[in-house]
Amino acid sequence: MKFEDAIADLIADAVINLPRDVEKALQKAMEVEEEPAKTQLKAILENVRLAREQKKPMCQDTGTPIFYVEMGINFPFKHDIKDSIIEGVRKATKLVPLRPNAVDVLTGKNSGDNTGLFIPYINWEITDGDDCIITVMPKGGGSENMSTLKMLKPGVGLKGVKKFVLEWMVEAAGNPCPPTVVGVGIGGGADIAMKLAKKALLRKVGERHPNKEIAEMEEELLNAINSTGIGAMGLGGKITVLDVHIEIAHRHPASLPVAIAVQCWANRRKSIRIDKEGKIWNID
Amino acid sequence: MEYRLKLPVSEKDILKIKAGDIIYIDGLVVTARDEAHKKAIELYDAGHELPVNFSEVAVFHCGPIIKRNEEWEIIAAGPTTSSRMEIFEYDFIKRFRTRIIIGKGGMGKRTTEACKEFKAVYAAFTGGAGVLAANAIKRVRDVFWLEELGMPEALWVFEVENFGPLTVTIDSHGRNLTEEVKERARKNAEKITF
Repeated sequence: MKFEDAIADLIADAVINLPRDVEKALQKAMEVEEEPAKTQLKAILENVRLAREQKKPMCQDTGTPIFYVEMGINFPFKHDIKDSIIEGVRKATKLVPLRPNAVDVLTGKNSGDNTGLFIPYINWEITDGDDCIITVMPKGGGSENMSTLKMLKPGVGLKGVKKFVLEWMVEAAGNPCPPTVVGVGIGGGADIAMKLAKKALLRKVGERHPNKEIAEMEEELLNAINSTGIGAMGLGGKITVLDVHIEIAHRHPASLPVAIAVQCWANRRKSIRIDKEGKIWNID
Repeated sequence: MEYRLKLPVSEKDILKIKAGDIIYIDGLVVTARDEAHKKAIELYDAGHELPVNFSEVAVFHCGPIIKRNEEWEIIAAGPTTSSRMEIFEYDFIKRFRTRIIIGKGGMGKRTTEACKEFKAVYAAFTGGAGVLAANAIKRVRDVFWLEELGMPEALWVFEVENFGPLTVTIDSHGRNLTEEVKERARKNAEKITF
């Protein structure tokens, strides 16, 4: 199979089939909720089932194509990956089909095939080994509009960080299609915090950070946001977020950057591995 | 309460609907996002005729995926974030007297005022439920402004059957459910200490 076809299939898989961990978390939320949130969660789960059955994208916003590539230093097909990703996006746009979501900032013109300046966006990482792992995150616009960054005064400490995240998610309310997954990046610098926040969304729902202190902060924020009562679609309820994932970087003494990346319930992400023979494997 | 409504609806039908009710609708639904709202208002104010009678249909904040086969095939058509249309909705309802607005995420003060003044409701379709919505759309009857505005922003005229569940969050009596939830959530957040 050509790499570009594998990429097109990967995108199709991502926009059609919601990861099982997310579906399970939604199911659990539906079981504990009361009306009117219950109706919303039932509709979401029914929609997830129909998408899988009819092989249609679960949401009409098939997102901005964001890729994460972990490229082995000895992977033999390094040269082919970038072009294959771009071509794969074009193919998927036609075949699935995806909604064309790449608009020229100056002219307002939609490119029609989901490609353009810096789009698809590819995050590159060089790793040891001879294989290549490619992850796609089709990122919806409604939840992306609720992402933010604030450069806090270091004096407010982690208490201030938590307060900022909580207050922000209350103001976001129903806009990002809750129940959401929230990625938080703390430290580094403005760009680093945002990258960490977004990458944190790739973690499975329910998976805690290996650092115990961060894991506790994740739980604390998860419970705090859910206790506000925003609920599914902002209509009121117990479950506003399915999970909170935090990543950190060392910070400058004068800075405390906090980035928040919000992902809608359609928490789409899928990965493949290409081995040194060029064989393609689906990975969970 | 739960209602099944056939479009066009009367003022009497609208008055009985309360925030929190669930409605399902049959009839014509027309998609309109930011650009379409803006253009419709501009054309009306310049004295031009519009391709759709907005008083008889439900307006749906939606940018669908539609495939052109021999007929239009609706792939996915869930709601988009309604708060972007807040800047237009009062003027839109005032001019066109649309009685049902459908979207997601809720709308603000001005839309609540318009719903009260001109007897309309705003109802939320579950965000992201694009296939569920597509299954309730029986056919694309027409499309306008496609060339100029592109697929997501065009006016798509859908024939719908049992379209829902739609949760009414703004009624014609001045209630706004999502704003009430947000107000309560702010108070709850204030009580949390880290």
